[in-house]
Amino acid sequence: MTKRPWVIPSLLILAGILTVLSIAIGRVTLTWGVWSAQDAVSRAILVELRLPRAILGVLVGASLGLAGAAMQGYLRNALAEPGTLGISAMSALGAVLSIFFNIAGLHPWILPICGVIGGMSGMMVLFVLSGRTASVLTLVLSGMILSALAIAGISLALSLSPSPWAAGEIVRWMLGGLTDRGFDELSNAAPLILIGCVAVLGCRRSLDALTLGETGARSLGIDLNRTQWQLALGIGLIVGGSTAVTGMIGFVGLIVPHLMRPLVGSRPGALLIPSAIAGAALVLAGDIVVRLLPGGSELELAVVMSLVGAPFFFVLLHSMRRKLT
Amino acid sequence: MTRSASTFTIRGLRFLRGSRAVLDSIDLQLQSGSVTAVLGPNGAGKSTLLSCVASLLTPAQGDIELDGVSLRTIPATQRARRIAFLAQTPEIAWDVDVETLVSLGRIPFHGVTSDAEDRAAIARAMERTQVTQWATRTVTTLSGGERARVLLARVLAGESDWILVDEPFTGLDPSHQFEAAELLRSVAEQGGGVVLTIHDLTLAARIADRVVILNQGRIVADGAPRAALTPEVLRDVYDIEAQWLSDPNGTTPPTIAIHGRKRVG
Repeated sequence: MTKRPWVIPSLLILAGILTVLSIAIGRVTLTWGVWSAQDAVSRAILVELRLPRAILGVLVGASLGLAGAAMQGYLRNALAEPGTLGISAMSALGAVLSIFFNIAGLHPWILPICGVIGGMSGMMVLFVLSGRTASVLTLVLSGMILSALAIAGISLALSLSPSPWAAGEIVRWMLGGLTDRGFDELSNAAPLILIGCVAVLGCRRSLDALTLGETGARSLGIDLNRTQWQLALGIGLIVGGSTAVTGMIGFVGLIVPHLMRPLVGSRPGALLIPSAIAGAALVLAGDIVVRLLPGGSELELAVVMSLVGAPFFFVLLHSMRRKLT
Repeated sequence: MTRSASTFTIRGLRFLRGSRAVLDSIDLQLQSGSVTAVLGPNGAGKSTLLSCVASLLTPAQGDIELDGVSLRTIPATQRARRIAFLAQTPEIAWDVDVETLVSLGRIPFHGVTSDAEDRAAIARAMERTQVTQWATRTVTTLSGGERARVLLARVLAGESDWILVDEPFTGLDPSHQFEAAELLRSVAEQGGGVVLTIHDLTLAARIADRVVILNQGRIVADGAPRAALTPEVLRDVYDIEAQWLSDPNGTTPPTIAIHGRKRVG
């Protein structure tokens, strides 16, 4: 039960402000006048670069925040997240393989769909490896195995890549970011991500019931097999769709639910929407930081998220050490 | 609130764990409006029986019917609206507040009842278990006994026809045991069916209208407490020498005194 009705409106205002800043800030600062200006360069920056970038930031951040909250709820584990558990890496592997086998160019949908297949396969392997009642240790180890396998597959594809173009494209998956993505990429990823979000949000009741464990949830009439498939599909679509366009952006789904729990409580269903909004805000903020950092070229967003996320992950793991021993 | 009469019919139930029969040849008819206590030594199959009745386990043979309809054919959500189940050591994965935990009992009714009805049912369950004052406390701040009461409130919030509880008195002090027992009795008096597993013979004799004793997966005694919990049955099932003590003045409820382990020879 949300005891603080101001949380969601406040998060929406924050995400709104960050969206405006994301559109305005960069090497060229845009002002309100750009909407009505006839200046071709400013309009091109707005329409071709900033708008798709900001919308993609909102979409990817919100969906990754949602996916993280849902995974934590389903696995009943505060360390679960698509990035740390290898789902993003599996999606990237799917996308990379489509480039490697030269099928990505056949149709714009092929690459995102391969990313989705990779993500869904990752979810299924994770469920098999760790089970639904996995301990923190089993889960983290399962994620490590999955990540290691996916990264090894990507590295292999990189080593054996048939052309420099393919190698360059593959490197892009390793360093996720929102730079230079346009409406074409956005229109490929958005439907997949949105369907994924609907599938995940549809599991809200099941995630709440899982607070009482597997037995408790089943006694409340929840079909856990259906929940598992629906979540695998939903998270696969979200992570696959977003990875296909932005590469691997980790830690959003790990950080955001933890920040939201003190505000909205620990009920998994109640965490989903706030985590989505906060995820959008976090990615937008990270992407703004990327643009504000001094230097000739922009740092990729994934690097910034990892620099923030990895210490956060360590602190969490440290605070849970008693459960691990 | 008074409910219409309901019946569980269990026929030829057999449950296997590997090749071992945990339950075998179980035939039972359970009536609502009464408290049935399932007793037996550790490993007798009590929890397995309760889990089969709650449809959490699928038996190898036999069938369980609720009011003439096989449980297998009743959709899970509808079944959950009619049967509430509380496990022996229930998991609470997240540090939610008490009111949230109790509200989980309304999940099977999601979209069927109005929010106001749900809130009223949650409030009633919390009042009956006297946990209203802890509504905003998180579950990790509760003692074992307090947590047991909150979990009982969660089960009551469903206001289902049947309540199946696996050892509900574990961790409760005598006062709260008595209170929880009274609560379960009141559910039965209002027409609900209560089936519970229990180890305390005297408490079972006091709370239950009917006692079913299991041993090695089979029913060895079934009837009113006095008829089922005989010294002979207790000797065979538990290897103990025990007898009923009755107060000649009739002012205190009957008690089962355990003298010790069964005498050999």
